[in-house]
Amino acid sequence: MIRRITGWFNRHPRATLGALLAGPLGWISVVYLGSLLILLMHAFWSKDSFTGKVEPFNWTLDAFVQIFSNPVYFTIAARTIGIALLVTISAAAIALPVAYYMARIASPRKRALLLVAVTMPLWASYLVKIYAWRTILQTNGLLGWAISPFGLEGPGLTEIANSWLVLTYLWLPYMILPVYAGLERIPNSLLEASADLGGRGWITFRRVIFPQLIPALAAGSIFTFSLSIGDYIVPDLVSDAKFIGNVIYDNSALGSFPVAAAFSFVPIVVMIGYLLFARRLGAFESL
Amino acid sequence: MVESPLVRAALRIFTGAVMVFIYLPLVILAVYAFNASPLGGWPPSGFTLDWFGEAAGSPAIRDALANSLTVATISTLLALILGTLAALAMQRYSFFGKNSISFLFVLPIALPGVVTGISLQSSFKLFGIDLGLHTIVIAHATFCVVVAYNNVVARLRRLPRSPEEASADLGADSWMTFRRITLPGMRTALLSGGLLAFALSFDEVIVTLFAAGPGARTLPIWVFSELQRSYQLPVVNVVALLLVLVSVIPVWIAQRIGGGEIARGGR
Repeated sequence: MIRRITGWFNRHPRATLGALLAGPLGWISVVYLGSLLILLMHAFWSKDSFTGKVEPFNWTLDAFVQIFSNPVYFTIAARTIGIALLVTISAAAIALPVAYYMARIASPRKRALLLVAVTMPLWASYLVKIYAWRTILQTNGLLGWAISPFGLEGPGLTEIANSWLVLTYLWLPYMILPVYAGLERIPNSLLEASADLGGRGWITFRRVIFPQLIPALAAGSIFTFSLSIGDYIVPDLVSDAKFIGNVIYDNSALGSFPVAAAFSFVPIVVMIGYLLFARRLGAFESL
Repeated sequence: MVESPLVRAALRIFTGAVMVFIYLPLVILAVYAFNASPLGGWPPSGFTLDWFGEAAGSPAIRDALANSLTVATISTLLALILGTLAALAMQRYSFFGKNSISFLFVLPIALPGVVTGISLQSSFKLFGIDLGLHTIVIAHATFCVVVAYNNVVARLRRLPRSPEEASADLGADSWMTFRRITLPGMRTALLSGGLLAFALSFDEVIVTLFAAGPGARTLPIWVFSELQRSYQLPVVNVVALLLVLVSVIPVWIAQRIGGGEIARGGR
């Protein structure tokens, strides 16, 4: 029986391809694309004002009106995008020297060790890392204890700067790894040429190395930016300033899917815009 | 280019400081798990193993652990099957629309998790599907497919085609060739892809919160709801340590057996 079936597939390679693709493609199309489509439709569906139930295929722009008429939504969107940009910039600023040390100064043994050291925390439970920062940042935590001799107090768990710090911490390895790979790709001869032509350290870095690293930085920034813009756990647990994700989550918890769906357009549109921008910088060749 | 000794020293010190920054929170966490005081202030007041016993005895934690293991196992198996089929199709055939399809497989991790979460939840609700462990499995399998897919594709790219051709020349049909030649060649890639998918599922919280019903708590969801309370149980520290170990150990093993996709962190 199996022989007959495989024989038939042997003679029909297109059918084999179809059989291979049917499962995974069907899953992603139905479960993922289907849900995405349903989410986008929810944004244009009305809600019964009395029972609060969503009325499918009852088209309206109410959800968008609600978002545009309340300036809080704009503040939250601007805050989220602003913090995501800050996280990206600070991650890049920390990643550049570290990646430079790993690629150009550290011995091969140390380099391998550092690579593992940077990669492993990516897998060490996201939630637990946020929790660890909570214990450090709370008023009676490690930070407060360390700065108390100077008459200072711990930041507590309300500051918006906490979100900036913790998000930078979480996504830093995503920036270090592509920048390191980008530095590895720059041939030594190029740097020697720059030195021969009289370019000293800083000039060589600014005029030769940095321009070549832009695709790698853009690739890393896709992760730092996208993961920050969609986060709602960090702002919830270390500060009291809400992000886009908190609005989406809170509205979905209240059953208010049209508003949650309409506000989801913000991260989707911003991310598509950001991906197009990053592609122009050559990010996709560095992923 | 030769950096001046001063620059080299400065870079070394900076890198060292960043490594401390990266690992300090994890060390603090491990210390807290053995802290005698139930209040979470610094410095710790003494050493105890009591919280480990308390965590092991808590039915809520045991249920959450069992749920997490069930969800991670089933979604890993689903992701491995779907990811391998997709990898075989994408690596062994060329066809119209191939690029769009490979883009489709990475979409669930390219778009922010909150979008994936709310999408799945709104369609579960629309079709009247009750939220529970099964909906968490559906959500996890969706974003784990790409991990399995990436690992298997990377392996297939490196596997030489000649043994498969030889097998066909010697009269083996395609099923026999797959079972005797291709599958053994992919074995370690399947193992490491599976371990990575397992670690990703075991730890996930952003999408899971949307897909989980009131009764279905995974371990990260249990931790999250504890953290939202004003008074936290000290056993949270023990569970947190457990979460770190269960997510790091599979990745460490995957790296030992040569997984290709560890650097991406799976997200």
